[in-house]
Order: sequence, then structure tokens, then C-alpha cells
Amino acid sequence: MADLSIDLAGIKSPNPFWLASAPPTNSGYQVMRAFAAGWGGAVWKTLALEPIVNVTSRFAGFNIGPNRMAGMNNIELITDRPLEDNLREIAECKAAYPDRAIVVSLMTECTRESWHELVRRCETVPLDGFELNFGCPHGMSERGQGAAVGQDPELIEMVTRWVKEAAHVPVIVKLTPNVTDVRYPARAAAKGGADAISLINTINSLIGVDLDTWLPVPHVDGKSSHGGYCGAAVKPIALNMVGACAKDSAVGIPISGIGGVGDWRDAVEFMLMGSTSVQVCTAVMHHGFRIVADMIDGLNNYLDARGIASVNELVGKTVPRFVDWNDLNLDYKIVARIDPETCIRCNKCYIACEDAAHQCIDRPADPRLAPVVDEEHCVGCNLCAMVCPVVDCIEMVRVDAGDTVHTWRERLTSAQL
Amino acid sequence: MAFPSVSLGPPIAKPLSRLEVEIEANRCLNCYDAPCIRACPTSIDVPRFIGRIATGDLRGSAHTIMEANPVGASCARVCPTSQLCEGACVYNADANPIRIGDLQRYATDWAIRTGATLFSAGEPTGKRVAVVGSGPAGLAAARDLAILGHAVTIFERDDAPGGLDTYGIVPFRLPAEIAIWEAEQVRALGVEFRTGVAVGETLSADAVLADYDAVVLAVGMGNVPRLGIEGEDAAGVWDALDFIRIAKMGGDVGTLGDAVAIIGGGNTAIDAATCSRRLAVPSVTMYYRRGTERMTAYDFEIEFAQVEGVEFRTFTLPKRIVVENGRVAGLEIVSTAPDNSARPLPGTERVIAAQTVILAIGQSRHVALLDAFDVTHDVNGIAIVDEAMRTNNPRVYAAGDCMFKPGGTDAMVVEAAQRGKTAAQSIDLFLRAEVR
Repeated sequence: MADLSIDLAGIKSPNPFWLASAPPTNSGYQVMRAFAAGWGGAVWKTLALEPIVNVTSRFAGFNIGPNRMAGMNNIELITDRPLEDNLREIAECKAAYPDRAIVVSLMTECTRESWHELVRRCETVPLDGFELNFGCPHGMSERGQGAAVGQDPELIEMVTRWVKEAAHVPVIVKLTPNVTDVRYPARAAAKGGADAISLINTINSLIGVDLDTWLPVPHVDGKSSHGGYCGAAVKPIALNMVGACAKDSAVGIPISGIGGVGDWRDAVEFMLMGSTSVQVCTAVMHHGFRIVADMIDGLNNYLDARGIASVNELVGKTVPRFVDWNDLNLDYKIVARIDPETCIRCNKCYIACEDAAHQCIDRPADPRLAPVVDEEHCVGCNLCAMVCPVVDCIEMVRVDAGDTVHTWRERLTSAQL
Repeated sequence: MAFPSVSLGPPIAKPLSRLEVEIEANRCLNCYDAPCIRACPTSIDVPRFIGRIATGDLRGSAHTIMEANPVGASCARVCPTSQLCEGACVYNADANPIRIGDLQRYATDWAIRTGATLFSAGEPTGKRVAVVGSGPAGLAAARDLAILGHAVTIFERDDAPGGLDTYGIVPFRLPAEIAIWEAEQVRALGVEFRTGVAVGETLSADAVLADYDAVVLAVGMGNVPRLGIEGEDAAGVWDALDFIRIAKMGGDVGTLGDAVAIIGGGNTAIDAATCSRRLAVPSVTMYYRRGTERMTAYDFEIEFAQVEGVEFRTFTLPKRIVVENGRVAGLEIVSTAPDNSARPLPGTERVIAAQTVILAIGQSRHVALLDAFDVTHDVNGIAIVDEAMRTNNPRVYAAGDCMFKPGGTDAMVVEAAQRGKTAAQSIDLFLRAEVR
């Protein structure tokens, strides 16, 4: 049994699986159920001095065929429950589960007094940390809060500093992905004294348009607004942003990874890219809190199988491999090889290469035979292996000698000499 | 064309639920140069029609199916898909094949339910074509000829169109309404249906040849021939096709008794047997002169008959029908050699009780009709055609059961439809060449 416990900037939890600040952490009832199911931590749904008013409807799913909720978006705002109710329930949860991390998400108007008051009132109950919601892209941003702060590095630094002045527990700054380069707000958070960053918050999105009514989806009495996009579909965007922050020395603080984590494999990837903990929402909204048991089991078996004693050994291990394009080896060459034994003759590889890649897959005249790669002209793009429905049927094989490295950066450097 | 027909109990196959359709349609890999297309005698673009289902374009899906196969709704129910499209599905290597037939049914059911008009007649060519017979081959030929702009008349000896699909396949596999809908699609193109007209009998071949520029013979086959054994004239001896027709149309088949003996091993024999069971006959037994593996019935039909409670007696030959008071009272049978030679083994004769004997040992040929059109045929009465469905008579084409050779695998609805399409293409080329 590997050690799954983590410590994110002083916030300790028995495993790296936290619930993100979202509908599943709206109440003590839910957080109690989550902790009973095994979640290591929970970031409480964002608190403010005064509750807000929500609309109906609020969510919409992005389906791929029968696969529901490959992504989802929402136009729900922060908590619509009184601050005192939330604080009482936080205290109850902490008392019932003292070993779990309870991080409280905060949002308020952009004044020092307001942030100080919110921190002070929250700290009247036991909690393990704050997460500053500088990411919420819908609704609150129109009131100068959430992503409106997160898109302005100066505001991030200023507000973070205000919170750090008042807070006695670690402060995480949650970043919005709705920026051109996430490193700038991340650096601002670090500069403002944040103990950690969490990312990504949701992405500006519109799920769809109803083909019958021509109304946007979801709609509120015939109108809609952009919502925050999350779920499995955003994972590649989140991984890139986590990696960008992890390798940036000007950021230099721990990361809680968020965005499309649905199972233990996603968690491992986020940790390898520099996350100390991961936060989950959409998968829970889809399947319930019970999924954490499989996440814990899978992660533990993965670590045990590799003889890794602690989950912390994963953190950041892939980050040095996440470099600029200019540093990639131009001499590296792979080609596709199709295994005729396992090939089922769907010819997906053929048509993909023929129409969308480099016309390097040939079909024998006899349709019962497997397609064959023209290795001399194959550029090793991976497309055929991507479209192949058979696991491990198309292998990408290294064909260069493997003893030379030439990069574009070297060419640039030598050109300048 | 409303007419009485009955269901005779629950259908063999339930339609897919919407969820099943969603899952199954999205499971299709959309193969390139898909083997399912190659395996379909009418070359339905299967991945395309499935993809259109997946995106909710049911009109496009039904159009794709019916364009390639004018009897695509019937074929969705009767095709031996495990030998055709589904048997060729690449998933067979590692997983369950796509349920192509069921998806085809979903799309064509949509067209039937909505009454969508999928095709329109072509620019008139001024040419007239007669199609004799309105079964799958005839309907397919007429449909494509009409799309190509020719004025088509279908001559059908029965009251309703559809041929074997309407009258000869049990309703719990293929309800008559499906074949009737397919005929209605053809009629909607302006094709004239002259039902109740038996070409060669009530209308001469010469009259047809005089009135039309070209003729498609799609007359199928005739009645079940006699066994040539004692007692065949007794009450209670049936031609399987007559039996199925009357049962399917809700007619009175009279008293069948407690035991029905079916003679034969093909799909029609199975239909007669399952029909008898659905008519509440306690004991229904199929007698076949060779082993099960030699039966021409599809494996899934044999399995279905077994599930329905039909018994099988293979290596058994009928020798005599026992008649009492002018009615079947039993069947004398004799065992045959286990070498599949169908040679009777003397001394193994015995009489089994039966009150009804149904003969399903193949079908006779419309030889006189072929002769009337001066169409060359082989000794078995099978019309001889080239790959373009041309007979020796330059204005006469033949398609479907009347030109299929026995023992082949082509005696199926979908093959007949393809031959009808081919005949239509050939006639179009022929008539347009004449115009020039």
C-alpha cells in the first residue's frame, strides 16, 4: 500500500483527491457524504459576504454520441446560501473528519475591507486553507469579480496580498484559463504571496443551439449567456496550463490541478505535470461521490506495481520533458507499422492518411489483406494509430539511429553565429 | 391497398429501442471501402445510412437504403444478415458485429411511419416498359425504370402487389404491410399496377410485347410440385405456399388436427411449420430426407423453429399418405441412408399419425410463360439471361427467382432486388440507344 497522503503548501490530506469548489460542495450534507466515500479534501463552494441569486436552468452537457457529458458547462453562480449556514456546516464537517482538508473558496468585491472581513468571518471556524476564486468566468465576472480579477495580473497580486495580510491558513489562488498566457496571472499570484495556485477554472463556452427552437443551450426563459466549460473535454487544455505553470520558475509555488480529472489515470497525469493534488467536479456530477474509491484503488495499484512508495514521487516528473518546440530533436524519426494479425480491415488508417496526412498507407488489391505503410514516406504523424479502433494494432516504431540530436534552436543559434 | 392480413402472434424480432439505436449507430466505425457494403448484393452504403441515423438525418438514412434497395424495408427483416452485411462487419474479428439489419429497420420504419416521399420519377422518355410480377425483382426494376423516366406498368396476377414478400413469408417475420408500403413507393412514381392480371393467361404475351418497348419477367416461381406418392389428393394435404398465404391473409385453413407433418427442409418449410405452431397445432414435425446441415433453411430459421416447438426428423422420406374417409390420417415414412444420398433404407418403414401434411419441396417453374415470350430456358424451366439480365429475346429481360439456378445462395429477396435493378439499368441503356 503506497502512501497517498499529500501536503499542498501546508494543507494536508490523506489522498490527493479533492472535490473542486462547485455544486458537489454546496452543503455540509454533501461534503459529509463525500468524506464518507473517501475524498481526501473538499474545496467548499465559493462563499461571499452575502448570498447571490441563481437562475434556472444552469447546466448543459456536451455529448459525443451516446457518451454523455464529455464536457459540461454551467451558469450557476457562487453559493446562494447564507455565509453563517455554510460556516456552521464547515465546522461540523471538520469536526467529523478532522483528517480531511477543507479549503474554503472565497469571492467578494474588490476592496481590501471586504476581503479582510470575509477572511476574518471564515476563520471563526476551523478550516485548512482558502482558495481565491479568480476564475469564475460567468456572471460574477460581470460584477468585477471572479475571472474579471483573474484576467488582470495586477488585481490578482493586489487581492492576493490583501488576503495574505488577513489569513492565518495557506492561500491558494484559483486561475482562469480565459487568458492568453496563464503564466502571467500565475506569476502575479506568486508575487502577491499566494502559497499555491489551482487551475484551471472553467472555460468560456456555449454548449449548443437547439436545432428545433434555435435557442441557445442551456437557456433561461429563452436567453442564454456564456457558461463555464469543464469535464473530460477540457483536460488537454488544463494539462497544458498546469505544465506551463509548473515549468515556469517565476511561478514556483505548488499546484492543485483541475480540469477533466475523472479517474486515477487523469490524476497521475496531472501529478506528473506538476500537480500536488487534483480537484474533481464533473465526474462526480456525472457519477456521484463513489468514484473516489476507484480513484484511490487505481492510484494505489499503479504506484505499488511500480514500487513507488509515495504518491508525491510522481509530482512534476514529466515537467522537464515539456519543453519548447525549438528544443525537440529534429533527427528523431518514427514510422507506423500495422500488425496484419490484429488488423480488422476497417481501413480507417488508410483513408485518414490518404485524405488528411501524407498518402503513405497502401491497400493491397485483395481487400482481405491489411493495409501496409510506406515507411520511406511515412512522417510518423501518429494519425493512423489514432484512428485505429484496435488496441495496439498500429505501432509507432523508431527508425533513426537514435544517436544524434539536432534542434531548431541549434539551427537558430548557428545561423546567428 | 388495404387488405386483410394477420400477425399470427408476436414478431420474431423486436425493433431496437431509441437507446439501442443511439448506442449501435455510434458504435459503427465508418470503415472505408466497408466490407458490409461489398457483402450487400444491392451495395447499400451501410456506414452512410448508419451515420445518418447517428446524426438524426433519418430521411437521408432511409433514402440511402431505399435508393440502393427498393425493398430495403423487407430486407431489413428477412435478409440473412449474418451471411451478408453483418457477417462481413470488421467487428466480427474481436467483438459483436453492428446490428445493421435492425438499424436498417429503424430507418425504414421511420419512412413508413412518416409517409415520407423519398424518390421522384425522371423526365419522361416516352418509352413504355412492362414488368410482369410485383415481387422484389419486379418492384426493384419498376422503381428504377420510373426514376429513369420510363412509363412502367406492372402486371400482377394477385390482388395485392409484393409477391413472395406479401404472401409467402410468415407475418411474424415480414408483415404484409411492409411489402405493400414498398409497392406504394413505386406506385407514387407513377407506375401503373394492374393487379389481377395473369400474363400468359388473362393477357397474352403477344399483347404485352405489342404494347411495350421492353418487358421484365419477374414472375418468380409457381406452386410446390407434387411428391408423386399415394394419398396426395386427400383433404389435409397442402402446398406450403397456399397454406402460408391463407394463414397470413387471415383466411380459414380449416381443421389442422393435432399433428402436422411438413415435408421439406427450406425456409418455406420452416415458415409452414412455425405458422402451424402459431395456429396452435400441438405437434408440428419437419421431415427431411437428408441431414440438418443439408437443409437450405438458414441456421437462424432452424433455430427459430426449434424455439417455436417444431420437431425435426432428418434422414426421413415420405412414402405414402395414409387416408381415411378422404382425409389425411397419417404418413408412412422411411429412413434414408446416413450418407446424405436420400436413398431409402428398406425395412425401416413406419406410419406416424398426422392429420395435415404440408409439402414444401421446392417450387415449379412458369415454363409456359417463358415459352410465350420466346425466352430460352434450361431443362428445369429457369430463364437463361446474361449478366445484364437480357434473355435471348432482345426486348425481354428476366430477374429474380425465375432466373436463379437451384442450389445457389442467391434465392433471396435482396438478390432478386439487385437483379431487378440490373434489368432496369440494362433496359434504360437499350431504350436510350434506340432513341438515338
